[in-house]
Amino acid sequence: MTPYNPFNRNFGSGTRTKAVRPDMKWHELTRAGNIYEPGNANTYETGDWRSIRPVWNKERCIHCLFCWRYCPDASVIAKDGKFETFDYKHCKGCGICAKVCPVNAIDMVPEDEIEKVKEANKDEN
Amino acid sequence: MATLKELSKVEERFVGGHRLCAGCGHGITVRMILNAAEGSNVVVGCATGCLEVASTIYPYTAWKCSFIHNAFENAGATISGVEAAYKALKKKGKVNGDFKFIAFGGDGGTYDIGLQSLSGAMERGHNIVYVCLDNEAYMNTGIQRSSATPTGADTTTSPAGKVIPGKQQPRKDLTAIMAAHNIPYVAQTAINNWQDVHKKAKKALEVEGPAFINVLSPCPRGWRYNTPDIVEITKLAVETRFWPLFEVENGKWKLNYKPKKYVPIEEFLKPQGRFRHLFKPGNEHLIKAIQEEVDSRWLALLERCGETPELPPR
Amino acid sequence: MKTKVALTGNEAVAQAMKQINPDVVAAYPITPQTEIVQIFSSFVANGEVDTEFVAVESEHSAMSAAIGAAAGGARAMTATSSQGLALMFEVVYIAASLRLPIVFPVVNRALSGPINIHCDHSDAMGLRDSGVIQLFSENAQEAYDNMIQAVRIAEHPDVRLPVMVNMDGFITSHAMDVLEVIDDETVKNFVGTYVPEDYLLDAQNPISMGNFDMYDFYFEHKRQQVEAMKAAKEVIKEVGKEFAKISGREYGLIESYKLDDADVALVVLNSAAGTAKGVADELRAKGIKAGVLKPRVYRPFPQEEIREALKGVKAVAVLDRAETFSTCGGPMFADIRNTLYDLKNDIKVVNYIYGLGGRDLRLEHVQQVFEDLENIRKTGRVDETVKYLGLRE
Repeated sequence: MTPYNPFNRNFGSGTRTKAVRPDMKWHELTRAGNIYEPGNANTYETGDWRSIRPVWNKERCIHCLFCWRYCPDASVIAKDGKFETFDYKHCKGCGICAKVCPVNAIDMVPEDEIEKVKEANKDEN
Repeated sequence: MATLKELSKVEERFVGGHRLCAGCGHGITVRMILNAAEGSNVVVGCATGCLEVASTIYPYTAWKCSFIHNAFENAGATISGVEAAYKALKKKGKVNGDFKFIAFGGDGGTYDIGLQSLSGAMERGHNIVYVCLDNEAYMNTGIQRSSATPTGADTTTSPAGKVIPGKQQPRKDLTAIMAAHNIPYVAQTAINNWQDVHKKAKKALEVEGPAFINVLSPCPRGWRYNTPDIVEITKLAVETRFWPLFEVENGKWKLNYKPKKYVPIEEFLKPQGRFRHLFKPGNEHLIKAIQEEVDSRWLALLERCGETPELPPR
Repeated sequence: MKTKVALTGNEAVAQAMKQINPDVVAAYPITPQTEIVQIFSSFVANGEVDTEFVAVESEHSAMSAAIGAAAGGARAMTATSSQGLALMFEVVYIAASLRLPIVFPVVNRALSGPINIHCDHSDAMGLRDSGVIQLFSENAQEAYDNMIQAVRIAEHPDVRLPVMVNMDGFITSHAMDVLEVIDDETVKNFVGTYVPEDYLLDAQNPISMGNFDMYDFYFEHKRQQVEAMKAAKEVIKEVGKEFAKISGREYGLIESYKLDDADVALVVLNSAAGTAKGVADELRAKGIKAGVLKPRVYRPFPQEEIREALKGVKAVAVLDRAETFSTCGGPMFADIRNTLYDLKNDIKVVNYIYGLGGRDLRLEHVQQVFEDLENIRKTGRVDETVKYLGLRE
């Protein structure tokens, strides 16, 4: 019998998954459409869906982490039990974090005004 | 009870990059449930629906744990098969580590088309947790009514028309149906109260045998409220007694939260576009009927929970 | 070691399942398959197998749970008939597309309506395009042998597909037959241990299965399934040869019975092949060169083998135990006619629908078919392409 094994079990794991492209041939894709790299959706950026973005106000933040708890996109990054940053690659700008913040430490700012806000923050600091 | 500080240190297992709509309740609910599973190995089973199509678009998966989607109506049977495999292979020493089994289904996949499969899985006593992400309609196909859709709601298959003002039937009490299976743990919860969700998820995961949790998980598109208001809208569902928080542990019913004031159902209905037609002049009787339905269900629940069946003064 | 025993088809299949000792069986009762799950349940209850038996609430859940179990890394099985298979329809496709090696006997029974409990092949034919491998069994011996080989075929790394093992309801499932069973140890060694490649319970390598495949990938994944089906043909033959070493019985994709010099031939699945062979023998004694072709494998379709086996025949009758309502004949007729088309040698191919809802196929029916074929051969004329056998007309 002719040895026949067009499917490489490891294809699609690690960084190679990112290499899956719509122009790949049938025998190059993972068998049965299995995905071997858990959580690789984080290489898919949904940040460009956003028209408004949450902007963190460091002074006001009390690190209650309600924003972390209520983010549908895991885009509030906490470190050592404290607010660290927003993941703008994935944040869709739903505005829930700003709404649940008990101390108004998150402002929702239209994307086109972001540059201006950055400037303003620089001045404040 | 763990604090958010502690919980935020648990590895994220439903990552950003999924394609649920901005502000979708499911993203919040799934993160809360998996967060409660902490470090355990988890296999997630998922019914067809928003969560499934948005989280595993080949070649991307948002799941940082094993995941299987089979079809719409069989998440219960599918996860029970995985659990049976685990039992068999564990006995033979072919599986390393302990596993938890969680199935997610929307209200369509749970109340309606998947009810038989879920009922069977629960009756058979598999060690699984089934979580219903209840957003009260078939949102993935474009907001069609399900048996979880509340009375009066305007959906694309129960439209508010000139003659018929939205859905005419009361919603099915699925949580009570699951309790009637005499399984070790059944609970109803809502995301506005994250402690309640967390506690119930933990209990469900720890209990030996089947557990069922019904989570109110709002859909900004289907409900037509202002997207950032998800916690507020969910809170109103609880405060108006529309969605009570309770649990049934080994057959014992317990009310987990009793609103202090009498909050009329209008408060929950008004911010939502799906109920807008109810507020047209001449439709007062419709809201009154909904209030009566909510009140009578609440009183029946109080009785089941061994509480005095009375309403606070209006 | 081989032992001659008297068993019904259902008992023989249950016996094979016991010897295979799968990790998980999820099943639901339905006539005429019920005995298989009953007998197997008693093996579980008496500790004669290590299987987790999942007594599901429907066939849809039976296949769904089998999918969950196989995806979990277990050797999983189910069993069904007729309406049960129809209810499973949706998930059988999914089992195939997920490339899960689920082995499941199907005790062929007519589909409703009207409701009927007896044999025909409408259930199996409904799933012929689902992507599962379909083996057919003439008698209890073949059903037993097919079950054991099915495990090896399904789990072969080049295949990884579900295998449906068919046998005729009541005719084979409930009739006592003498067959040879192989000893437990030999079967155990033959089927070996299942080593899954991609599975949910691999703690070190979490995997996502059953993912959403859009127009940019779906087509390619379907093409992969076709390749697995192609590979299955070689694997089935190879496993058949190996099986001969432990049983003395060799299996290929088809069984050719006296076809080498045949002028007229009959193509038929399952138990009716026995009747056909008997009649062919009688006709041979009278000087008529009759032969029989019995496809053992219907999906993948053994086109080359059938073409080779029938190339010298003048007239062929395909017997279908199922209707397609296309008004152009039964399902296998279309396949066989298509297969012979490229030979361009004007073999006459006709179709007979027989045995629906358990109607007996009598010797005189088969004799009539051969007689018709002889007439066609002599006159070169086909009056009616599709006919019914044993129907009151």
